[in-house]
Amino acid sequence: MTDLDARRAVVRDSLGVGIATGLYGVSFGAVSVAAGLSVPQTCALSLVMFTGASQFAFVGVVAAGGAPLNGALTALMLGTRNTLYGLKLAPLLQLTGWRRPAAAHLVIDESTAMSVTRETRELARTGFAATGVAVFALWNLFTLIGAVAGNLIGDPRTYGLDAAVGGAFLALLWPRLADSRNRLIAVCAAAVALGVVPITAAGVPVLVAGGVALLAGVLTRSANDATEVPSR
Amino acid sequence: MTWLALLGAGVGCYLLKLAGVSLPARALDHPVVERVADLIPVALLAALVAVQVFADGTRLTVDARAAGLGAAVVALLLRAPFLVVVFVAAATAGLLRLVLPGS
Repeated sequence: MTDLDARRAVVRDSLGVGIATGLYGVSFGAVSVAAGLSVPQTCALSLVMFTGASQFAFVGVVAAGGAPLNGALTALMLGTRNTLYGLKLAPLLQLTGWRRPAAAHLVIDESTAMSVTRETRELARTGFAATGVAVFALWNLFTLIGAVAGNLIGDPRTYGLDAAVGGAFLALLWPRLADSRNRLIAVCAAAVALGVVPITAAGVPVLVAGGVALLAGVLTRSANDATEVPSR
Repeated sequence: MTWLALLGAGVGCYLLKLAGVSLPARALDHPVVERVADLIPVALLAALVAVQVFADGTRLTVDARAAGLGAAVVALLLRAPFLVVVFVAAATAGLLRLVLPGS
């Protein structure tokens, strides 16, 4: 296979991931307006925050009646994994000048996964840029479509859109549950969160569960590669 | 207030990404940091699933959302893509409410 063929193959794979990921921007847009955010607020989340799990977390906390500040804290905690992706990507991509702040915005699960597995720097850069740009363009387009459509359909509960949020979080969590330690943490975190629901304000239980992760990380000994990208 | 929290969190998430590609690779090279960073998404997502499905304000409850979650599990076990999982969860809850209003 020539270099050009290899690059074409990477671009093709990246566009496939971009389309699949971008499409589920529809569900984010619909869920966000169902949570009570406006269409401009929903689109601003996809443009500025641009990291799916954090965006779903923000609107999820707001939908549950939580203070927006609690939603923001949850989103930021989920956003910390992008820092680790960046640390792994930086030596691989060798970003300089204006490219670094521009590329930083595209550091997400999918662009990292489509980049770190490549054999050469050129292919890693191609995979990162093609996936990042494709997901960014389509994610924002489909967020707008989902938000506008979500506003048109009336009471979101009729269509079970409130149940869609739980399904979305579970789908994001699923690939990480292959690891038995993660399964234990997930069960503990869910139990702790539900345990404090009756005694705290909405949004707080999720932050308390984040404390479980902190405690478990400090107390346990096993050493896994934290920057390992979850496969989808 | 929503705008402020939304834009603050958005800019904060960008700065977290920028820190990653700007810091020297050894900056966070500590086993505890790596473990915590690995576990946080798992704990937060699991808690979000639980709270989204079983909490109603400050009450715990089992309603149509639980059926939606069960359907999502089946879809994931069948290796359905993300969008299908979300759609199945919503459709199941929506249909159940059609049959059992108030669930």
